[in-house]
Amino acid sequence: MLSFVLRRAFTLVATLMAASVVIFFTLEVLPGDPAAFMLGLNVAPEALAALREQLGLDAPVLLRFWQWVTGMLQGDFGISYTYRVPVAGLIADRLLVSLPLAIYALALAVLVGIPVGVLAAIKRNGPVDTAAMGLAQIGIALPNFWFAMLLVLLFSVTLRWFSSGGFPGWDDPGAAIAALTLPAVALALPQAAILARVMRSSLLDTLDEDYVRTARAKGLSRRQALWHHALRNALIPVLTIMGLQFSFLLAGGIIIENVFYLPGLGRLAFQAITARDLIVVRSVVMILVFAVVLVTFLVDLGYAAIDPRLRRGRT
Amino acid sequence: MSHAIKNSRKRRLTPSLVAGAGLSGAFVIMALLSLVWTPFDVTQLSVGSRLLPPGGEHWLGTDHFGRDMFSMILVGARTSIAVALIAVGMGMVIGVPLGLLAAARSGSVLDDIVMRGNDLVFAFPALIIAILITAVFGPGAVNAIIAIGIFNIPVFARLTRGAALSIWQREFIMAARLAGKGRVLISLEHILPNITNMLIVQGTIQFSLGILAEAGLAYVGLGAQPPLPSWGRMLAEAQTMIALAPHVALVPGLAIVFAVLGLNLFGDGLRDLFDPRLRGARA
Amino acid sequence: MRQIIRVAALAVLAALAATPTLAQRTDIVVGLVLEPPHLDPTSHAAAAIDEVVYSNLFEGLTRFGPDGDILPGLARTWDISEDGLVYTFHLADGVTFHDGSAMTADDVVFSLDRARAEDSINAQKFLFADIEAVEAVDPLTVVVTLDQPNGNFPFNMAWGDAVIVAPDSADTNATNPIGTGPFRFVSWRQGDSVTLARYEDYWGEPALLDRATFRFIADPTAAFAAMMAEDVDAFPVFPAPETLSILEADPRFKVVVGTTEGEVILAMNNHREPLDNILVREAIAHAINRQDVIDGAMFGYGTPIGTHFAPHHPAYVDLTALSAYDPELSRDLLAEAGVSNLRLSLALPPPVYARRGGEIIAAQLRAVGIETDIVNIEWAQWLEQVFGNGDFDLTVIAHTEPMDIEIYGREDYYFGYGAPEFQKLWDELNRTSDTDARNALLGDLQRNISENYVNAYIFQLAKAGVERVELEGLWLNAPTQATDLTKVYWAR
Repeated sequence: MLSFVLRRAFTLVATLMAASVVIFFTLEVLPGDPAAFMLGLNVAPEALAALREQLGLDAPVLLRFWQWVTGMLQGDFGISYTYRVPVAGLIADRLLVSLPLAIYALALAVLVGIPVGVLAAIKRNGPVDTAAMGLAQIGIALPNFWFAMLLVLLFSVTLRWFSSGGFPGWDDPGAAIAALTLPAVALALPQAAILARVMRSSLLDTLDEDYVRTARAKGLSRRQALWHHALRNALIPVLTIMGLQFSFLLAGGIIIENVFYLPGLGRLAFQAITARDLIVVRSVVMILVFAVVLVTFLVDLGYAAIDPRLRRGRT
Repeated sequence: MSHAIKNSRKRRLTPSLVAGAGLSGAFVIMALLSLVWTPFDVTQLSVGSRLLPPGGEHWLGTDHFGRDMFSMILVGARTSIAVALIAVGMGMVIGVPLGLLAAARSGSVLDDIVMRGNDLVFAFPALIIAILITAVFGPGAVNAIIAIGIFNIPVFARLTRGAALSIWQREFIMAARLAGKGRVLISLEHILPNITNMLIVQGTIQFSLGILAEAGLAYVGLGAQPPLPSWGRMLAEAQTMIALAPHVALVPGLAIVFAVLGLNLFGDGLRDLFDPRLRGARA
Repeated sequence: MRQIIRVAALAVLAALAATPTLAQRTDIVVGLVLEPPHLDPTSHAAAAIDEVVYSNLFEGLTRFGPDGDILPGLARTWDISEDGLVYTFHLADGVTFHDGSAMTADDVVFSLDRARAEDSINAQKFLFADIEAVEAVDPLTVVVTLDQPNGNFPFNMAWGDAVIVAPDSADTNATNPIGTGPFRFVSWRQGDSVTLARYEDYWGEPALLDRATFRFIADPTAAFAAMMAEDVDAFPVFPAPETLSILEADPRFKVVVGTTEGEVILAMNNHREPLDNILVREAIAHAINRQDVIDGAMFGYGTPIGTHFAPHHPAYVDLTALSAYDPELSRDLLAEAGVSNLRLSLALPPPVYARRGGEIIAAQLRAVGIETDIVNIEWAQWLEQVFGNGDFDLTVIAHTEPMDIEIYGREDYYFGYGAPEFQKLWDELNRTSDTDARNALLGDLQRNISENYVNAYIFQLAKAGVERVELEGLWLNAPTQATDLTKVYWAR
């Protein structure tokens, strides 16, 4: 087990290193100068030069790469070019929105998707199954910003149950959760649809497995066999999907954050790209990559703990 | 995601296959039709007759520039198909050989590099990378294709490797190896034909995801550039008009929903049709 | 007994608090499209900074009034020497910064010297270019000596980039702005909002509101939804003109349409073939139907212009007839120039006037046989590629600085004009102080660029804003990009 963990940890570090190289040098070729963006149309050349020097933009590429990587290892992500505050604090603030939003959305997706999937599997090929899977198909097919827009029109503009967007901060947790509700619903719908489909097919597969049949042959009722054996095993692929979904939700909220003007991580990255605040873009992308890699690592470890066979190799 | 009905012993035309094929077919016919005929010229603006509701002359109404929505939907279908299809093609052309290679050299350093490379691509936030790509190369249909296509590569590579590995275990492959065939030849002659159906099914799914991705890119201002109509851009531009002229936002939105729905149903239906386990029994 | 009275009083208070219609509101939530990158107006060009801080947080020696006139700011009066070289500013008494320290002539000297220093990163350094020396005579008197007469100096000092800051806080204003204005900074929730509160020790007339929140909403649909859901009280520059008709029909809101200093032009690269040929530029100008662009892109909000000058200015000359919509003439001119199969690139930055307007212009050009390749481009790239390197054929852009016709005198400016006769007129203008003579010269300048078809002049941006009907005191026009809240109150 230890060598397995070490091997996985090594992969994690190697992936992060490769990612940092890719991120840094991709952004290096990005056209547009942050200093020119900040000073606008009437700028005097010497003011531009002064600002470039202040921001350290004239240092050699490799030196800046080295400073960035070593800084990150010490938890120092540098100072944002435009906001003039430490990037670490900026990202931490945004994570306070994006992370709860991702968790909220995933929770909604699980609460809706799993029961629907189980129900559809139990009532396989019946009208309930057909209706549930039909709805799931539509849930996947809706462009999410369009769905979000319809939610705003209905619940904010017409019914006035929720505010149309913005985030009041965590001083008042009730208000904060209310503000995240519509965005979470918009994010959760396609994920719930995917979970329902995966849950259904996974459960159908396990119900046909030999040990479930054996259990039934031993006299367990269909329902007992379902709850005691099939469901638990069927959840394994569902957990994999959830791991992927979580990292997707963390990064994939840009569009939803725009529709609801939430100060989240995705919008920070989007604004930073526009302003060529490369130091912020790099760090946000790095954090998101780290989150994905970490989730994958933990899921792998979880599997290995459940199923020793997996420790030997990866499928 | 396979929910094959295992007990059926013959190929079935499921309702989802029929409905999916119908919708997808309509989608393709629209795109083809736009090559030869549209009721109006989609590059012709007529601000005076903007936001007309659906009616006799303009079947689906007009947009904020007075363009005929029906014509735009037809031409937009072409754009959506082109973007999504080429992106899927890109994923397949690069991903499938990588997957085959990794499976053929399973456990080798090569396998490791391919799979870790996959993980690396998977780890990047797709939309942010798409925004970066267009920031470097400028927005446009081609760059949208590349942005979507890159993330299709690991999907196909991983799928291909997994499926190919299970086929490598088969006896007939053993026989081929004993006959002295090389790994590359075996991959091409025996492995690839055996996973084609699965690739088609996944391709259909990725195709529909590509259409959604194009809409998402269009929302953030990337993707196909004017004057070329695309469903995603029509929807993105219509957002603010929804209270003024709901049809402008509803028409492209529903077009996307039906196309994606159709392709997904078609993919599901195909999967049932080609159930890999049934095939396994015959091999 | 006392207890009962207290309970009764509390009950009445609670009832009052529960019926907001009785209590007049003293706070406001203002929607802005762009979030400022930081809050120091002296080190960044972003208009979004001024939209939050101008005259609310920071003040300069002079200031823009609601109609663009130059009003006294921290300098209550000023004297100009005979030769126009020496300005003596008399400062207001009792001015304090929000940290409690007094604002004196030394702070003015510091602020102006800092802005014009060698290593200054002020985005509008030209405002201070004529200053030779700044001296504090006594705590309330500052003398500024210029190296050449500049009738525009008080106008220059009204810009947000010329506000007065304190030496102690100048370097931290970006994140914790400390100015002299009627509002002080409270908090900034990055990505969401900035909150200001009334500064109780303000030297002048105190603000009528006690709290102001600026909320940043970039998405036009979200802006509309925020107004409709009453999450925002006013949106001074509303990003979705197409929804204004709906908001106007709603009794809760009023739509206010004023003027701005923004001229939307189709800029042409005068250095590049075939646009260096005046016939081709003239052909392009005649191919454009301005009203169609205004209707299609801005849903009717905007005024056609025929030159690079704001129509509400007294010196404006209506020259739209020089480039009237005439596709027939346009085709003839192209033939005369011997140009056929013309294909030009058209760079469009993000604002809606450019993206939508550009698409309409492209269609109009196509109608006279000019094909365009539309390139949607981000601001950062526009600045580098179009503005910095002059690498473009055509671009749609709004020039939003007031009185910026001067840019036509610079040959190295991105569209590249700088004709000698224009420069001669401009020099004459600088030597002239008589208003009528100045206006006549300004008219000549306008005619010069219009007759030479330097660019195609499309329309003046309107300032279309939405407010709650009860709100009073927001600016109608936008002589500078600011959201002056000092006189804003709830009428009901």
